[in-house]
Amino acid sequence: MKEEGKHNKKAKKYGMVINLDNCTGCGACMVACMAENNVPFKEDESDKLDSITWMRVYKLANGESYPDADICYLPRPCMHCEGYHGHSPCVSVCPAVATDYNHDTGIVSQIYTRCFGCRYCMGACPYHARYFNWWDPVWPEGMTKYLSPNVSARMRGIVEKCSFCFHRHQLAMDKAFLEGRTELEENEYQTSCTQACPAGAITFGDLNNPHHKVNQMVKPDNKHGGRPGDPNAFRLLERLGTNPKVYYISSKEWVRRAGDNYLANEDRTVQQH
Amino acid sequence: MKVGRRSFLSFIIGGAAGTAITPLPWKLMDDASIWSQNWPWTPVPPDGEYSYVNSVCTLCPGGCGISVRKVDDRVVKIEGMKGYPVNAGGICVLGLSGHQLLYSPTRVKSPLKRVGKRGEGKWEKISWDEAISEVAKKLSEIRSKGESHSVGSIVNADSGTIPNLFKRFLTAYGSPNFMTMPSMQDSYKMTLQLMQGVNAQAGFDAENADFILSFGSGIIDGWGSPVRMFKANSTWKANGKKVVQIEPRLSNTAAKSDKWIPIKPGTEAALALGLANVIITNSQHSQKISQSSGFESFKKLVQNEYSTDKVSQITGIDSASIVSLAKTFASASKPLAICGRGQGSTPGSLNEFMAVHALNALVGNINEQGGVWAVPEVDYIKWPEVNLDETATNGVQKERVDGAGSEYPHAKSLLNRLAEVVNSGDGSLEALFVTGANPLYSMPDSKAMKKAFDSIPFVVSFSSYMDETASNSDLILPNHVCLERYEDVPTTAGLQKNIIGLTRPVVKPQFSTKNVGDTIMLIAKALGGSIAEAFPWDSYEACLKETLGAKWDVLVENGFWSDSNSKTVSGEFNFYPKAMESLSNFSPVSLEGSTASYPLVLIPYDSIRLANGYIGDPPFVIKAVEDTVLNGKAACVEVNPKTGKELGLTEGRYASLHTPRGKAKVKVHLYEGIMPGIIALPRGLGHTAYDKYLAGKGCNFNELIGPAEDPVSGLDAAWGIRARLTKV
Ligand code: SF4
Ligand code: SF4
Ligand code: SF4
Repeated sequence: MKEEGKHNKKAKKYGMVINLDNCTGCGACMVACMAENNVPFKEDESDKLDSITWMRVYKLANGESYPDADICYLPRPCMHCEGYHGHSPCVSVCPAVATDYNHDTGIVSQIYTRCFGCRYCMGACPYHARYFNWWDPVWPEGMTKYLSPNVSARMRGIVEKCSFCFHRHQLAMDKAFLEGRTELEENEYQTSCTQACPAGAITFGDLNNPHHKVNQMVKPDNKHGGRPGDPNAFRLLERLGTNPKVYYISSKEWVRRAGDNYLANEDRTVQQH
Repeated sequence: MKVGRRSFLSFIIGGAAGTAITPLPWKLMDDASIWSQNWPWTPVPPDGEYSYVNSVCTLCPGGCGISVRKVDDRVVKIEGMKGYPVNAGGICVLGLSGHQLLYSPTRVKSPLKRVGKRGEGKWEKISWDEAISEVAKKLSEIRSKGESHSVGSIVNADSGTIPNLFKRFLTAYGSPNFMTMPSMQDSYKMTLQLMQGVNAQAGFDAENADFILSFGSGIIDGWGSPVRMFKANSTWKANGKKVVQIEPRLSNTAAKSDKWIPIKPGTEAALALGLANVIITNSQHSQKISQSSGFESFKKLVQNEYSTDKVSQITGIDSASIVSLAKTFASASKPLAICGRGQGSTPGSLNEFMAVHALNALVGNINEQGGVWAVPEVDYIKWPEVNLDETATNGVQKERVDGAGSEYPHAKSLLNRLAEVVNSGDGSLEALFVTGANPLYSMPDSKAMKKAFDSIPFVVSFSSYMDETASNSDLILPNHVCLERYEDVPTTAGLQKNIIGLTRPVVKPQFSTKNVGDTIMLIAKALGGSIAEAFPWDSYEACLKETLGAKWDVLVENGFWSDSNSKTVSGEFNFYPKAMESLSNFSPVSLEGSTASYPLVLIPYDSIRLANGYIGDPPFVIKAVEDTVLNGKAACVEVNPKTGKELGLTEGRYASLHTPRGKAKVKVHLYEGIMPGIIALPRGLGHTAYDKYLAGKGCNFNELIGPAEDPVSGLDAAWGIRARLTKV
């Protein structure tokens, strides 16, 4: 962990804005992530608690009865929480420094070779974004051919999660370096899920950069833990203080409340207003 | 998993609480995994030279452009092709998993000949030469008996060079039995033919419409060209355009629309005519169109038979909503009505299509910006006439086995009738070719279809995968998968523009497979005579190049060719073709089964995460299916909590589902988004073939439903079936 005050002036804060009004629940982001990141699969993946999906699309319901029922999909990658100055919930508990907060990019990394599988981080993550490899990955005969050399395959006994496709950042930086640049254009580093989404629901970029769409969309207030300025924008469990870098936009109030609600009895309180 | 607002939160709170809990018990278990975690069998993917190849996805009729990332000669990732006119860089779950199909263990790796009983799974590898001569020998025998007309083929589509090669082959050989997999496009084509007198496909200028009235079309559930529709939907949202979704179930499309209006299923045509009545009464219709022939009769029909109150009774939608919907629809500047349920994989009732088309005509959007266009097929396939020898001349004049063109004069192909015709002894086939289709899985009443297949002595599959149809054939002559072959892809799925895409080999063929275009030509050549002469090309690639002529270079360069000026054909609009007469007394397509033994109505629903055509879900896609759709090995049936209570069924418990056609063990999923009394099952599950990731999971909706012949088109109009759900 870098120390406070040593932050690079040009530090980036990569983040994501997901427009839930546009999200169709098609799942392309989930599959694009699996394909990009060599995520394995097993015979039965219907037990979602042990199904490794760095990006998972949840289906929320408004709890009303027919015909007032409504549903909304909510894609959930890793939130890359900044916490308070990089003290993400998971980073704070990892005894092996296998997960770290990168102050130059704002990305929470996962270093497989250091992880020894204690799963403290899984307990700490309020978003269930982390997955444990209970088994060694097995690909059917012939299918290892499609594995990408950019991302190492994980073995039994370690934890994995969304990396904001960090290898794409590295590749883009390598290319920029060869061209004598130190800065990336907005479109040079995009995640696999963002790129695949057929509905254009995901936007990715540097939250610190006022020229980037993500910044313009949610107007994060960096003085106050990145709280969104846009009234339709919200973050999951905002009040936990995890300071996540994934923002959501929804024009539906019940959706915003579902994502930001924390106390079970809060519904009633608010309705009394 | 469907998470209610509360449970979604408590689920997350559970996670937060975990921070404080000691992980000691977990820690003890770790030690076992730690020392084993570096075992060397975790693959290390080799690095190599990176490249991208552009191609076109053929996994569904959508025809999206794809950019395939390679490392040396391996495909590592498939992405949407930027700038492609259909999908503009977007892609769906299936397209993304194309590489899993390429390297799938379920691929047929060489020609196979059945050795055990049909469907027993015992095969013998044979050489291509043997395979071709085997087919040729059989076909010569049939032909020499004067039975050439008893050979048929089932092909995925009817446009493009591959389907046309099969058509040509059958013609030269002497058979009229060229059959295609049915879809809503068949009903649309027929509607355009009857109401506009044109031979064209329906194209939708969706992006330019500003009010979309969808009669159950799964705009974001895979209808039309799926990725294109996702994009259109986002464009509408960005520009404040409105979507109204009419269907009995809160589908994804309904949830994302501006207004969901639940309707008694099967009464959509009545609603369309009811809306027409309001529009005409309020003189909101296009004045120009009221000069069209049949307008007065149509007006009389809707005024006499489709008064708002009556329609309200039929559809279950209150009168005020009907009136206000008609008003908003007609006063929009670019209103567009669409139909074809779900993904449009079944043709549906012709009445419904005609009623909806009349609605479009009333607001004057036919062939107009933001409307429905009659798009002629691109006529780039200009092969010389086939010289028919005597056998062929006789053969092609025989009646088709499915009754298309005779019993049902407007129909081109009626695969839905094949099972019944064959099983009842009214017709028979001696040999059948199947390519790009999996009818034993995807046709309604798949058991009856299987029985029909059992009585066909010689079934040849050209499938790349060991699917249900291939497993029940006698000979498999495997095609390359789309990442290994050339093919032209004229996009037909509801596009308003003429676009031809080029699928091209991205990697070398992985196994001993052949492009089916080459295979059919080799069979023709082995048969000799005028059949061989009908195929003057040296190879499929040569044929494709010659056929595309000047377009070939454009295709190779850009990956697609598109007509710079959009073309439409117009004929005189007829509001009241004879076929409409049956609407003078509305009766919904009747549901099979009695109310007494089957008190519920079962409908299917489509999900973009469940492929239900020729291709089955690859492992990534089935992994992305929610646990409220597939749970363990059971498919989940959606039941309204009220209905559930009446039946004593609770969330997640097993139940047995019976219909007049079949039964299945399912799990109950209580869903507030479904009309009480109606239950819904997903399409795309219940495969018996393919790999362990797909086979044996859930039940096949097609085993539970039978076809219902539309009285005019002869196409399958069934949209559901009566059912019974009981505790187990
Ligand atoms: S790909 Fe886009 S539209 Fe599809 S589920 Fe993911 S975010 Fe939603
Ligand atoms: S950012 Fe990359 S790693 Fe994270 S969910 Fe998206 S595709 Fe997966
Ligand atoms: S929509 Fe169809 S054509 Fe497009 S990527 Fe998906 S499967 Fe392929």
